[in-house]
Amino acid sequence: MTVKRRTILKGLGATAGATALGMPAIAQGAPFKIGLMTVKTGPLAQGGIQMEQGLLTFLKEKNNTLTGRKIELVVADTGGNPAGAKTKAQELIERDKVNVILGPLAAFELLAITDYVRQNKTPLIAVAAAEDVTQRSANPFIIRPTATSGQCSHVMGEYATKELKKTRAATISEDFAFGYEQMSAFQRVFEDNGGKVVKKLWPPLVTPDYTPFIAQIPKNADCVFNGFAGSNPVKFMRSYADLGLKDRIPLLAGWTAMDDALLRSLGDEAIGVLSAAFYSAASEFESNKRLVAGLAKDYNVLSGGYAAGMYIGGQCVEAALAIAGDKSNDGTAFAEALHKVSLKDSPRGAFSVDSKGNAIGSVFIRRCERQGKDLVNKVIKTYDNVSQFWTYKEEDFLKNPVYSRDYPPAKNLE
Amino acid sequence: MNMLSLRNIGIGLGLLFLATLPLWMQHPYYINTSSQILYWAIIALGLNVLVGYAGLTSLGHAGLFAITGYTVALLVDAGFGHLTAAIAAIALTLAATAVFAVLALRATGIGFLMITLALGQIVWGIAYRWVDLTNGDNGVNLKVRPMPFGIDLSSPSAFYWATFIAFVVALVAMQLFVRSPFGATVRGTRDQPRRMNALGFNVWLIQFLAFLFSGFWCAIGGLLYIYYNQFVAPPVAGLQSSAEVLLMVISGGTGTLLGPIAGAAIVIIIKNVVSAWIERWNLVLGLIFVIIISFMPDGLVPGIRRLWRTMRGTDAAEAAAARASAKLASGQTDAKEKGGVQ
Repeated sequence: MTVKRRTILKGLGATAGATALGMPAIAQGAPFKIGLMTVKTGPLAQGGIQMEQGLLTFLKEKNNTLTGRKIELVVADTGGNPAGAKTKAQELIERDKVNVILGPLAAFELLAITDYVRQNKTPLIAVAAAEDVTQRSANPFIIRPTATSGQCSHVMGEYATKELKKTRAATISEDFAFGYEQMSAFQRVFEDNGGKVVKKLWPPLVTPDYTPFIAQIPKNADCVFNGFAGSNPVKFMRSYADLGLKDRIPLLAGWTAMDDALLRSLGDEAIGVLSAAFYSAASEFESNKRLVAGLAKDYNVLSGGYAAGMYIGGQCVEAALAIAGDKSNDGTAFAEALHKVSLKDSPRGAFSVDSKGNAIGSVFIRRCERQGKDLVNKVIKTYDNVSQFWTYKEEDFLKNPVYSRDYPPAKNLE
Repeated sequence: MNMLSLRNIGIGLGLLFLATLPLWMQHPYYINTSSQILYWAIIALGLNVLVGYAGLTSLGHAGLFAITGYTVALLVDAGFGHLTAAIAAIALTLAATAVFAVLALRATGIGFLMITLALGQIVWGIAYRWVDLTNGDNGVNLKVRPMPFGIDLSSPSAFYWATFIAFVVALVAMQLFVRSPFGATVRGTRDQPRRMNALGFNVWLIQFLAFLFSGFWCAIGGLLYIYYNQFVAPPVAGLQSSAEVLLMVISGGTGTLLGPIAGAAIVIIIKNVVSAWIERWNLVLGLIFVIIISFMPDGLVPGIRRLWRTMRGTDAAEAAAARASAKLASGQTDAKEKGGVQ
């Protein structure tokens, strides 16, 4: 194995060291192997690189040893597409024989490999938000210590109606599943609390100019909820402010749309934007301080949800290693242990894992403010113990179809 | 003659190498990678019929194998058997190919490329937006691989051999196609469409049939794709996917039997294996393409063949022959022009 890799490396004449992550360590006893599936090339790379940085920060802090076991990390770049995800999952499971997979980033990547990891009994710690992975098609080998697409949006629906007293909302998000799930979750809570969603806008994933979409926002809407992802929020917020809407209709955001990692790319247009997220870089948890300091020191970046997600993923591995003990190498036992994880201190605060594998933890309402030269997402309200089902009953929630573009139906469009 | 037999020995050894691969390649990961190379090679061979032999560059083929993949996944999901699903998928893909062909063959060159590109994007659009049918960008899962004649294909080796058999059949079919009179007429329509027309050949029909033949092998490749990945999502039908197959064909050598196979191997190995060590694997892939196009503008396989001939010193004779035939051709046109003037 080792020899093969080195030979190929030599053959390629690659500048080895820097790029050869996951070179098997020559250690005493078998190391516990973590496979990280991330995206380092293409449009999703920004979040993907943060994932790797977050995990590396955690492992560095732990000196690559968790509960006394040496950790070996293998990083795979899926390229952000389902076939790439499948190939890389095979590489990690069949060739590198990893004990647990962290990642992948995008929902369709995760959906492409859920059956495969189940067949191979390889536990997986997800960040991708695809609702059904921990709902209607929950998989005993998968946990998600971050949040489903709707988990933070439910909270925003509640906050907008109960605290901000909003009644007429417009929603805008990319035209894909993550967008649908976020917007529909918001709509459901917003309308259950007596509000009306009067307009839903779906710009394509790649939109050069948001002006035509922003122009369709009704003048009498009293808030706009946006769920953009990647680098789109930066473009969107700039247009929103340029067109003069920022001061007229308050902007609300999902967690990716106001991710802390974006703050350095944003300016005055972001000030005052309220967002709901499972994580805030400004929060005071001990482990979060270490994560933020580590990322600033080693990579000179602000920590966002993806970095936090993988740092938390690393903590879950550590906790599950402690629970499973000698049986950690057995995939089934380790997956069971992952479902029992409950952490007191993580960058998102305390959280536990529900029976379907999703985190029950705090969701923060944050307001973007300027502190000195920098923008920060200051936590202004915390909702504790938020489950993926919000306040709905689990059975009732699961009887409904998964959130989509048309579900729940928008009855109040104007 | 000597060259030919050498080539045949080479092909024979290559096939023997591939046929026995799972026996000495213990590692399932590399067996799986080889399966991927083979089914991509089948798709690339299919595209090569159009690009190489008919001179029609298509950028919409991903749409075709995506249709196969979606049809199989959706039908099996709806409770149909694997055999029904596979036959329906091939039939539907052929029907879609016919529609593609009717629309695209109104043009040649850039026009043809743009129409196929648009058609491929329509398939992508349907996959992406018709959420009720295709589940949008969450894609469709195929729960189990088929069990032809009761053989379980779930292990890497079993699947590899099934893919290998399909690959050999595709290879033989291509060879027969190239050598057949039909293959010659297809090449004729590429080189001299007007002359072929004047000779009484129905150029449109020949190109249409070539398109169908190409579509058929895309469907076979698509079947293997969905059986292998057990998942299909919109990016499969996208432009990048089409462009990748086209790159396989062009880098390996258009209009050659082995070119698309070499191209598929290069792309898959770099994408899947090298990317594990080199973060900027796109750069490596790009560099390799630039090198191939700079030094072997007609592709890897013809380039290596030429290199081989140069080393064996037969190049001079070849070149002389080529010059002579070129002279003859220009002589003919000269004569014709003179005739016109007179």
